Amino acid sequence: MSWLETLRIGLEAVRTHRSRSTLTVLGILIGIAAVILTVGLGQGAQNQVRDQINSLGSNLLVVTPGSTTSSNGIRGGFGSASTLTVQDAEALASKDVAPDIAAVAPASQRSLSLTAGTSNWTTTVVGTTPDWLSVRARKINSGRFITSQDVTSHAAVVVLAATTAEQLFGGRNPIGATVAVSGVSMQVVGTLTAAGSSATANEDDQAILPISTAANRVFGGATRSSVQNIYLEASSSKTLSAAYQEANNTLLALHRISTPTGADFTIASQQSILSAATSVDRTLTVLLGGIAAISLLVGGIGVMNIMLVSVTERIREIGLRKALGAPPRVIRRQFLVEASVLGLAGGLAGTALGLVGAALLPHLISQRIDISLPATVGAIIVAVGIGVGFGVYPASRAARLAPIDALRSE
Amino acid sequence: MTETGSSSTESLSAAGSLSAGSPASRPPVIELDGVRKTYRTGAFEVEALRGVNLRISEGEYIAIMGPSGSGKSTLMHILGCLDVPTTGSYRLAGEDVNQMPEEDLAEIRNRRIGFVFQQFNLLPTLSAWRNVELPLCYAGTGRAQRRARAIEALEKVGLQDRIAHRPNELSGGQQQRVAVARALVTDPALILADEPTGNLDSASTQDVLSLLNELHASGRTIVLITHEPEVAATAGRVVRIRDGDIQDDTGPGHQAGSAAGTTAGPGSASGTAARSGNTGTGNAVRGDSAPLTWEVRQ
Repeated sequence: MSWLETLRIGLEAVRTHRSRSTLTVLGILIGIAAVILTVGLGQGAQNQVRDQINSLGSNLLVVTPGSTTSSNGIRGGFGSASTLTVQDAEALASKDVAPDIAAVAPASQRSLSLTAGTSNWTTTVVGTTPDWLSVRARKINSGRFITSQDVTSHAAVVVLAATTAEQLFGGRNPIGATVAVSGVSMQVVGTLTAAGSSATANEDDQAILPISTAANRVFGGATRSSVQNIYLEASSSKTLSAAYQEANNTLLALHRISTPTGADFTIASQQSILSAATSVDRTLTVLLGGIAAISLLVGGIGVMNIMLVSVTERIREIGLRKALGAPPRVIRRQFLVEASVLGLAGGLAGTALGLVGAALLPHLISQRIDISLPATVGAIIVAVGIGVGFGVYPASRAARLAPIDALRSE
Repeated sequence: MTETGSSSTESLSAAGSLSAGSPASRPPVIELDGVRKTYRTGAFEVEALRGVNLRISEGEYIAIMGPSGSGKSTLMHILGCLDVPTTGSYRLAGEDVNQMPEEDLAEIRNRRIGFVFQQFNLLPTLSAWRNVELPLCYAGTGRAQRRARAIEALEKVGLQDRIAHRPNELSGGQQQRVAVARALVTDPALILADEPTGNLDSASTQDVLSLLNELHASGRTIVLITHEPEVAATAGRVVRIRDGDIQDDTGPGHQAGSAAGTTAGPGSASGTAARSGNTGTGNAVRGDSAPLTWEVRQ
């Protein structure tokens, strides 16, 4: 009997055993779609975090006061005491001291209440310098950013991020309006374009002041020259480690610290932030992948069951076909075709459902889904493999039975 | 293998008449020698056949009778190559079936043997003509020809207006006629019917039996298994089997003692005696069959 003939008989059997075929296809379909979506969710989350960290600025180094426990468990420095100062930032900005550092932005922030007319809004108020804009890779939406002039003159000006402007002014143009930051009146001179929220902070909900204005007129306190972070931008990605060394050496010298392990500051590169953030997401991906694998397994066992039962139900049919002159190889082929058709249908439908879900779900749950090709291909192979394997194996065994044993089986 | 053609339709129309010539003079199509079949069920070994010797000539119409558990179905399955003997030899048309690989056995079942089962064994999902064409699928016949021959076979059994019906839309008798059509669609030399009337009412039984008669009249060898004497009575030879062995064989050429029966002359009777001796089994003939065999024994 030709393959074409076998294909026709197989398709017909799939059509006539409608409910069984539907169940098999459904089992394969759900397994594959689940893998595509769950692994896609994990990957999406991971990529999202990576993109956000990249969007913080290119070739970024962040200096924070204190020191963190190093990977080998040794902890140095002074905890989180604010040991960084405006002077440190000025030193790092010098081309003679640190030629590979292109821009420096010291920053301090507090969570404070802003009032504009009758509306008020609590947000992160950041005191910084004009370089902040380029170091953090942000863009001005309207108006202007703070200038060096503003910094030296302690100007009462503020730049609002997108969400903050929206909360305080609604749809109105905030430029030129007055905002009270913790009771101090400031004039809005510009707004930032939206950047999206990162894993750690909402980049679109903040108000930017000149660092001098913030320290002296808003935050107050005893150590007005201290800053919480110094953002550094290396001149290029190639000079990033050179910039790191220069910053490290300069700060160690300025702080009169002789041993690197005793540093009272930490310099984090974008890469290190990224790896810390993605390791969490990788755990998430593994977890989701595990769930998907289990759903695939459950679907596979379901498919296995249906195939085993359906072949067992049809042992009489196999016996009859053998009695009428079907050689074992033709019987095997018939069931191979049937199982393959079901597996293929389930595989295609599952992939389609997964892709459609990946396209639609982000609109519903505001979570990015990135399709993983290896996981998708792996899921298809496993699901279709189970369907075909457990469709063909029992049929192949039945095909070897003496026809009369197959015919007499119940 | 002859192809199904209009000639067989014509010969079928000569219903009821026995084929010409003495079956005994023809070469044996079936030769069983010392066939034993043992089944193992758990700790028990059941000997279904205990050394059966049987020769069936081409064109014979033979009924195998026996109570349930006598081994008649096992014998039938071995004759149909659906099962293999534990020991002993089975030669079908001169070929030793025991030595054949599964592929060749499948081809023999396909081309030489037509089966009619008590349970009809039709595929419920297929229409009548699709059921009938099944053996042709495995014979590699082209699609158009398969359909034509299947419809032709259904016409022979009088079901030309039920071609597209599924088995569950047909009566028991009609289903068995579909099964008969399926058995004859490949134009096999040997037709094996395993209690074909066991599930049928008397009217349908008559339908099926007259179909078998027609097939016999067209020159086919027919082996019929039954436990009903009136069904066995249509056959030219009756073999009784009990406890796995042949107990009684009326021999070839015997015309059963039905009302229309006893056309066989003394020549036939001697043929019977010779044949009985030949098969080498018990010759104790029961009284419920033909008077001729009484003469043989006395």
